[in-house]
Amino acid sequence: MAILGIALYLAVLIGIAVPLGVYIHQALEGKLRWLGPLERLLLRAIGPASDGEQTWRQYWRSFIIFNAVGMLLTYAILRLQPYLPLREGVGLHPSAQGPLLAFNTAVSFITNTNWQNYSGETLTYFAQLALMVLQFLSPALGLVIAIVFFRALVGRRETLGNFFRDLVRCIVYIFLPLATIAAVVLLALGLPDTFAGPAIAHTLSGALQQIDRGPIAAWVAIEQLGTNGGGFFNANAADPLINPSPATNIIEILLMSILSTSLVFTFGRYAKSRKQAWVLAGVTLCLYAAGIAVVYGAMEYGNPILHGVLGISAKSMEGLEVRNGVGDTALYATATTAYTTGSVNAMMDSLPPLAGGLPLLFMMLNTVFGGKGAGMLNILMFVIITVFVAGLMVGRTPEFLGKKIERREITLATVAMLIHPILILAPTAFSLVHKIGASSILNTGLHGITEVVYAFTSAAANNGSAFAGLNGNTPFYNLSLGLVMLIGRYLSMAAMLALAGSLARKRIIPATEGTLRTDTWSFGWVYLFVVLIVGALTFFPALSLGPIAEHLVMAGGAGR
Amino acid sequence: MKSRGAEKRFRKASGRSSLWRRAMLDALIKLDPRLLWLNPVMFVVELGLFVTVLLTIWPDLFGGHYPPSQRWYDLVVAVVLLLTNLFANFAEAWAEGRGRAQAESLRRARGDTPARLVDAQGTVLRTVSSSALRKGDRVRVEAGELIPGDGEIVRGIGSVDESAITGESAPVIREAGGDFSSVVGGTRLLSDWLEVEIATNPGESFLDQMIRLVEGAKRQKTPNEIALTVLLAGLTLVFLVVVMTLEPMADYLKAPVDVATLVALLVCLIPTTIGALLSAIGIAGMDRVLRFNIIAKSGRAVEVAGDVNTLLLDKTGTITIGNRMAEAFQPVQGHILEEVRQAAVRASLADSTPEGKSIVSFAERQGEPPTDRRLLDGAQPVKFSAETRRSGLVLADGTEYFKGAGDAIIDLVTKRGGTVPEDLPGIVDAIAREGGTPLVVGVNRAILGVIYLKDVVKPGIAERFASLRRMGIRTVMITGDNPLTAATIAKEAGVDDFVAQARPEDKLRRIRSEQDEGKMVAMTGDGTNDAPALAQADLGLAMQSGTSAAKDAANMVDLDSDPTKLIELVGIGKQLLITRGTITTFSIANDVAKYFAILPAMFVGVVPQLAALNIMHLGTPHSAILSALIFNALIIPLLIPLAMRGVAWRPMSATQTLMRNVLFYGVGGLLVPFLGIKLIDLLVVATGLARI
Repeated sequence: MAILGIALYLAVLIGIAVPLGVYIHQALEGKLRWLGPLERLLLRAIGPASDGEQTWRQYWRSFIIFNAVGMLLTYAILRLQPYLPLREGVGLHPSAQGPLLAFNTAVSFITNTNWQNYSGETLTYFAQLALMVLQFLSPALGLVIAIVFFRALVGRRETLGNFFRDLVRCIVYIFLPLATIAAVVLLALGLPDTFAGPAIAHTLSGALQQIDRGPIAAWVAIEQLGTNGGGFFNANAADPLINPSPATNIIEILLMSILSTSLVFTFGRYAKSRKQAWVLAGVTLCLYAAGIAVVYGAMEYGNPILHGVLGISAKSMEGLEVRNGVGDTALYATATTAYTTGSVNAMMDSLPPLAGGLPLLFMMLNTVFGGKGAGMLNILMFVIITVFVAGLMVGRTPEFLGKKIERREITLATVAMLIHPILILAPTAFSLVHKIGASSILNTGLHGITEVVYAFTSAAANNGSAFAGLNGNTPFYNLSLGLVMLIGRYLSMAAMLALAGSLARKRIIPATEGTLRTDTWSFGWVYLFVVLIVGALTFFPALSLGPIAEHLVMAGGAGR
Repeated sequence: MKSRGAEKRFRKASGRSSLWRRAMLDALIKLDPRLLWLNPVMFVVELGLFVTVLLTIWPDLFGGHYPPSQRWYDLVVAVVLLLTNLFANFAEAWAEGRGRAQAESLRRARGDTPARLVDAQGTVLRTVSSSALRKGDRVRVEAGELIPGDGEIVRGIGSVDESAITGESAPVIREAGGDFSSVVGGTRLLSDWLEVEIATNPGESFLDQMIRLVEGAKRQKTPNEIALTVLLAGLTLVFLVVVMTLEPMADYLKAPVDVATLVALLVCLIPTTIGALLSAIGIAGMDRVLRFNIIAKSGRAVEVAGDVNTLLLDKTGTITIGNRMAEAFQPVQGHILEEVRQAAVRASLADSTPEGKSIVSFAERQGEPPTDRRLLDGAQPVKFSAETRRSGLVLADGTEYFKGAGDAIIDLVTKRGGTVPEDLPGIVDAIAREGGTPLVVGVNRAILGVIYLKDVVKPGIAERFASLRRMGIRTVMITGDNPLTAATIAKEAGVDDFVAQARPEDKLRRIRSEQDEGKMVAMTGDGTNDAPALAQADLGLAMQSGTSAAKDAANMVDLDSDPTKLIELVGIGKQLLITRGTITTFSIANDVAKYFAILPAMFVGVVPQLAALNIMHLGTPHSAILSALIFNALIIPLLIPLAMRGVAWRPMSATQTLMRNVLFYGVGGLLVPFLGIKLIDLLVVATGLARI
């Protein structure tokens, strides 16, 4: 039954992604008019900056200033929330965040990570609304960079669009309408949406119970759609007010996976090659499905020690919400890491080692569709590396979509590729040996390694899901995770945007029989081979000392 | 045939054993870190070597207390690392040695000869050594002497034996002015005398340039090689981080790992196989070009060859064999075939051009009896001239046989009061339409018929063009013929396009228009008026027999002056890139097996269950680590022959080539080391190396 459901989900996902990909292309290229008044209003508000075209450097400057301003404003709101309007809180006693926690939170939301070292209950409605604005902006900010890269690949040009115009189109035509629809649907399925403050209920036993509330339907809609993943409450999608039923569960999973999948087809539209999109989407989908199978299988099989020693045959239910069950939880855990959303409906810390390890691997690869724009950029980065090696193997200096991949391109792609493993491994190693990092670890031994690796992987991949078990709200982790999120997002985007600038100026070489075609399934498999080999080689030691070793220990224990 | 000559020269020049000795010595010299740091991958290996040597001396250098046996383990790791470095250096040195020997043998051909320096009037000033000649010096060469240096003939004409350079035994005529005025040092003047203006300073000739290209240390890396080096350096950096962060993780698990093992893991993971062979592959590619008797002026030119989309080929000499051959005789109204045949033979008896000879031999094959020798007594040949545009023979009795271009003969006959047959223009046009050249034959004032001279397309050329097309390379034929003739030959040869009635500037225009479409264009040329086009083309191949202007403008010079070699050049360029790509893939894919050897060995002490990852069932932790490291070292010399020879390649579509190479070198690269490491492990355990 669960397997059928998963297959149905994948079919629906593709069914929506193909037309939506085309829609995104039309939205970004100014071919849509139906929200024209709103678009023009916003553009007029921005003023002359939204006129004309920008080179990649100008684009980057606008982008980075916008991000910096957004982050500073958020920081200020989080610090000052007791003095700002809408003072009544999600919970009863909202308090200002400390400087490092506010830094961590602001970085986390502007980078589309939504790592939370605070719990939502401590914020005012005003602060929650500010974070919600960032939940609209941060996915759009990632998306526009991917769009710029598409444009650079398919034409010979100096300018690559206008940052403000692209951002406005993203918000107006993509995120606002889709989030509105999603919010209405979620509202209908029972999610609350109110500014009325906590409800006080009289329980049957006569006690008073405080039930925290807020604009939850609106929040969850954009949280998932924008692969943000920051929970309105600490328990995130495990909370019954956020994810009350199997229906909301599957809708939330669809919401988080839909736009990143569509973006592959948007790319196909830009590249004028439907086949190219299908090849990339196809192999990625295979990887995704295999991941779901591993997580589902590990949870369904349960703990062999229980089988062997106690004679209990049961699925692994620890840390799960009973109403979700194994199937919905496995799918949620895989989707939230594949798409780097970060919302969770179970505590991963409690899952069997392989079920917790696979989401970790997906964040390490960061190319299983990934977050808005960022995932697509990573896919293209690996495509360029694949093209380089595979191109040599067919006896031509490599080219992708007719653009030569030369020293500058391969240097920038290599930089983008290096950032991710370094950002994960270096702070992990430091945290494990230094007291300020190690003291936050809940479990010792192999599981402790997984907890720390998971935290930095989640931050570097701008995922935001927490493995739980690690106490992140310490000065050290607030700062280090914040920096990892910042570098993980902006340095790799800068490298990719510079790469776009360099590609854009290149002439397009017409394809011949001797050209390595990238829109064939054979290329797709070679791409997958490169992603897995390079990804696995980099993280194999960390994984084998974490989840793989844990799994082997557990499997070994069963035989004893 | 020609490359066999080159091969023989090469063998003679280099004793194989001296090549070995020199390469081994060079391998030691190249350990110098100042040389090695240009290759980041191998530089890291050398750093590892230093660290393990220090550990051999002070095993507790980085803390910890190790048993005395640790020292031996450190030493073995250090020795294997040293071997890894030496193997890599040897690969480069061996490739250099072969290239150098090849070039030296060409250079030896010129030797040191006395040169007669003259002034502008041709007065002999003094005799100097050829090695002292500077650009602009004039020398006089007499029959039987070696020409002392590359240059242009300024005065004189003579036949030159160029076999020392080209392997071609027939002498060629060289003369001042025009397209046959350049001479090469080391060739011998057979007749007459020449005054030559020297074109290069000592050490600057094309050959000297080429020698620099095969010498590793001074060699400029090609753009693609640099890009690959960047990627390899990036991977090396990642693995450095992976290994350095593994140590704290191990500490956290209270399973400290000794530094020699970490160094071994690092060296196994970084792409040493391709790092070691990369420059050897580049040098070997240049060497293959040189062996082909082509001098490349830059490594980049060889890379570009693999990228070429369009070949511009001159019709004559490339697509057709240089000379036209008689194909048929056609009588005009009122005459019979035998008459035409006989007249054609008599008009050609004194004609020593290949065309003339082909007419005589064709007629004989057709049944023409041999000409009575007595007829020729006192006969006068009429030489072809640009003015009369006919040639022929005047017998002693005054009878004149002639042949020539249609309009020239019509003029002649009309002037002499003869009549022009009505069907003549029709026959002439028909022959032109079929791609042939019509030669009208007559006697005294009568026109008898027409000789059909045909351009003969080189055998097998159509198949070669077809295989080029399968690789996505288009061929464009350039010819001075009229469009009708050109179209016919183009069809027969199977070229994709042609430019008829082409003037030299048409070549340039065509190259520009192809390049504007983003294509890479290759062409050959020999004349001075080809120079701009040769310079504009992405790959310009000049003929050694061509003018020095053409050779200067081109980026490759063909010593055999055989324009069809352009097609092989494309193959050499592709093979160079393919070899790079496949060994890179192989190198990276190897890492998987090495992980399965080393990681369980490192941590099995603290997490015994990790033994499950030891899928090769290697003997002991130390034997596993050493086996992986030894495999990593040994694979380098094992692949040297492949790097030298280049990966086998035949024309097929890019996707087919990709799948073939990925299956062979990618999947092979995954599997081979599992087998290799297991075998080495059995040996290591058997010899007791693992007990240390």
